[in-house]
Amino acid sequence: MGSTVVNSLEVRQLAYAYPDGTQALFGVDLSIARGERVALLGPNGAGKTTLVMHLNGILTAGHGTVTVAGTPVAKDTLKEVRQRVGLVFQDPDDQLFMPTVRDDVAFGPANAGVRGDELDRVVKDALERVGMLEFADRPPHHLSFGQRRRVAVATVLAMAPEILVLDEPSSNLDPAARRELAEILRSLDVTVLMVTHDLPYALELCERALILSGGVIAADGPTRELLADTDLLARHRLELPYGFAIPAG
Amino acid sequence: MGAGHHHQLYLPGVSVVHRLPPQCKLLAVLAFAIVVVATPRERFSAFAAYAVLLAAVAVAARVPAAHIVRRMAIEIPFVLFAFLIPVIGLGERTTVLGLSLSVPGLWAAWNILAKATLGVVASILLAATTEPRVILVGAQRLRLPSLLVQIAMFMLRYMDVIVDEMRRMRVARESRGFEARDVRHIPVLARSAGALFIRSYERGERVHLAMLSRGYTGEMPIIHDISASVRQWGTALALPAAALAIWGLPW
Amino acid sequence: MHVPDGFFNAVTSLSAGVVAAAGVAVCLRGARRELDDRTAPMAGLVAAFIFAVQMLNFPVAAGTSGHLLGGALAAILVGPSTGVLCMAVVLLVQGVFFADGGLTALGVNITIMGIVTVLVGWGVFRLVTGLARGRVVVAAFLAALVSVPASALVFTLLFWIGGTAPIEVGAVAAAMGGVHVLIGIGEAVITALTVSAVLAVRPDLVYGARGLTKPLVLRGAEGATTTTTTTAGEERPVAPRGTLKPFLLGGVGLTLVLAGAVSFFASPEPDGLEAVAQNHGFIDQESDHLFGHWALADYGDVGGIPVGVAGIIGVGLVLLIGGVVAHAARSRDKTKV
Repeated sequence: MGSTVVNSLEVRQLAYAYPDGTQALFGVDLSIARGERVALLGPNGAGKTTLVMHLNGILTAGHGTVTVAGTPVAKDTLKEVRQRVGLVFQDPDDQLFMPTVRDDVAFGPANAGVRGDELDRVVKDALERVGMLEFADRPPHHLSFGQRRRVAVATVLAMAPEILVLDEPSSNLDPAARRELAEILRSLDVTVLMVTHDLPYALELCERALILSGGVIAADGPTRELLADTDLLARHRLELPYGFAIPAG
Repeated sequence: MGAGHHHQLYLPGVSVVHRLPPQCKLLAVLAFAIVVVATPRERFSAFAAYAVLLAAVAVAARVPAAHIVRRMAIEIPFVLFAFLIPVIGLGERTTVLGLSLSVPGLWAAWNILAKATLGVVASILLAATTEPRVILVGAQRLRLPSLLVQIAMFMLRYMDVIVDEMRRMRVARESRGFEARDVRHIPVLARSAGALFIRSYERGERVHLAMLSRGYTGEMPIIHDISASVRQWGTALALPAAALAIWGLPW
Repeated sequence: MHVPDGFFNAVTSLSAGVVAAAGVAVCLRGARRELDDRTAPMAGLVAAFIFAVQMLNFPVAAGTSGHLLGGALAAILVGPSTGVLCMAVVLLVQGVFFADGGLTALGVNITIMGIVTVLVGWGVFRLVTGLARGRVVVAAFLAALVSVPASALVFTLLFWIGGTAPIEVGAVAAAMGGVHVLIGIGEAVITALTVSAVLAVRPDLVYGARGLTKPLVLRGAEGATTTTTTTAGEERPVAPRGTLKPFLLGGVGLTLVLAGAVSFFASPEPDGLEAVAQNHGFIDQESDHLFGHWALADYGDVGGIPVGVAGIIGVGLVLLIGGVVAHAARSRDKTKV
């Protein structure tokens, strides 16, 4: 706690139980500095998605606080917080709800009051950054899964977020699409929190990793070190793919 | 994935008809249908002239006749019904090819067939020359409640996704040897329908979250607006105007 | 059952249009109240669901099949206001995009298939759950059972007022009533089972079962740090099960009224309206060409049985099924809620 530098994200003692009584988070502490790319690892059911839902106030903390770039997530700051936290959902079909790619990317900035030429410029810029500009007038369901995920990233980039939060970005992607997405993510100049159980992808993209297990942060350190600790991984139901070795360096 | 279904409804093109703003076309088709429905059934020549008008629109829009004919199959159930009316109709009867038919019934059958067919063809031309999402923009311009337009927009966006999910569930059933044939299989179908509802509903919730995440506050931002010039209105309304003129002429 | 242009005269079509517009306007306000800013995505997704489920054919009787109209189902799952909106949008999309149902007949179609099925379905559902709390599945069955013939009767009424074909109203009533009693049975079975399937997994999603669910169970979870739960689970006592008798009497009474109305109109002469509808294959063969050969996957009516016979069979079946349901409901606790 107590750092004077404003972090992109600060989570303190976050606990949450669903209305049905199932408790998912039991006091999560984490902080991410501006410009960092951090992987949030954890087995299914560890509470990853629940944590993500707190970051832009979709779920409200049962206990504890979430602070985005110095702004605490609360009812009266929701609009600002949602502008700053760009959430990329796991299923791009959930995220791309507008009739065309262009409309979808424009949705966020338009809600923020951007109009006319400025809106066109923002949309064009965001689509260019993910290499999807030529598909601007296509309906989302005419795109491949990988293309849809890239557009989903663009919809969020168009809002110029402080931090990009990606939920399982590599799921359902073929190897080429997976590599293309990695290149795009590396090229972006934003803070990234990547929620995944794709360990090689985390290693490739993030210098730092957190392990969320049983609703708490069980480990926090350089991705390479965490992934080299076989016992640690085994304790939290994480496994490197068969034949995968941490590259030396 | 379930891509590409919309293609068969909409035929991309650059004709005059394609380029007209959607609100003009919607209103033109509706007005045309009203004129047709209000035309007395005895006016055979008027109906023939209406058909010529639609044919002219189809030619201008370069919509192939085969496309129209194929899609006209939608009215088959009512065509069958129309053929029955003379058989079961009341009133004075006449004999055609050894069948005793009701004269008012024959008139009614003709009336329904002619009007329904003209209406269906007009709608087919509208859908063939206007993208579904653009039709919705037009509906919005015509002051259809925006909430209704939004609901229709989400329905169109997710229709394929959900029909696809349903198809996958059927494949899953069939690959385990299940094929619904009689009443005893209804429970299995109903369970699938239940699961489909839950999936649809939960997707709706996720879509809503995605919208919230991007600053949605209950109002859809207006991103496009297609305004129509007087000239375009004039072009589009030429169809119902011509129909009205035909209706008014003393034939 | 989608009415095309020219089937009703202009005045009737226009009046039905006014009724439909007013109904939809009221429901827009109602849905906003219930769903707030979730209205558009939720109703849109549910409309897409209804659209999909209408493609699911089920067998009605030997060799014939029907499909769900979905009005009662929508009412029970998402409430009457949202239900009407969903049905209206489905019909709007079918009319404007698929040329299924005339543009001038849109008001008629929305009134008959949207407003009437949803409101009658919801009314019956509320009546039955009001008489016997917790009987959600039975109520869903009866709601769907009544909603379809009710829709057919309103069609007949409109036909009587402004139909363009010179057919005896009694014959239309018998034909429509007979076929739709049969469809209603299929609709009832599939609606009840669908509602029961949703109840088993996500009871919270069934609008009609709100306030009828069991109270939530709160359990403390063991965590590494001190935990605080602020779950706002409403502690609602399980509603005491009402006595079954009024419900049984009500249900059987409704069935009898329905059956009586149909048999009153039933013409002694099999009038051959059987081919009104199409015999379109078997259960579970939803079209693979959603937008392509749309019409071939006709989702109109069912048929194949001479209507006079169908009417008689229908009346018998309604009585029989009503009796069986009543008996089953009395002898054991069928519902899961």
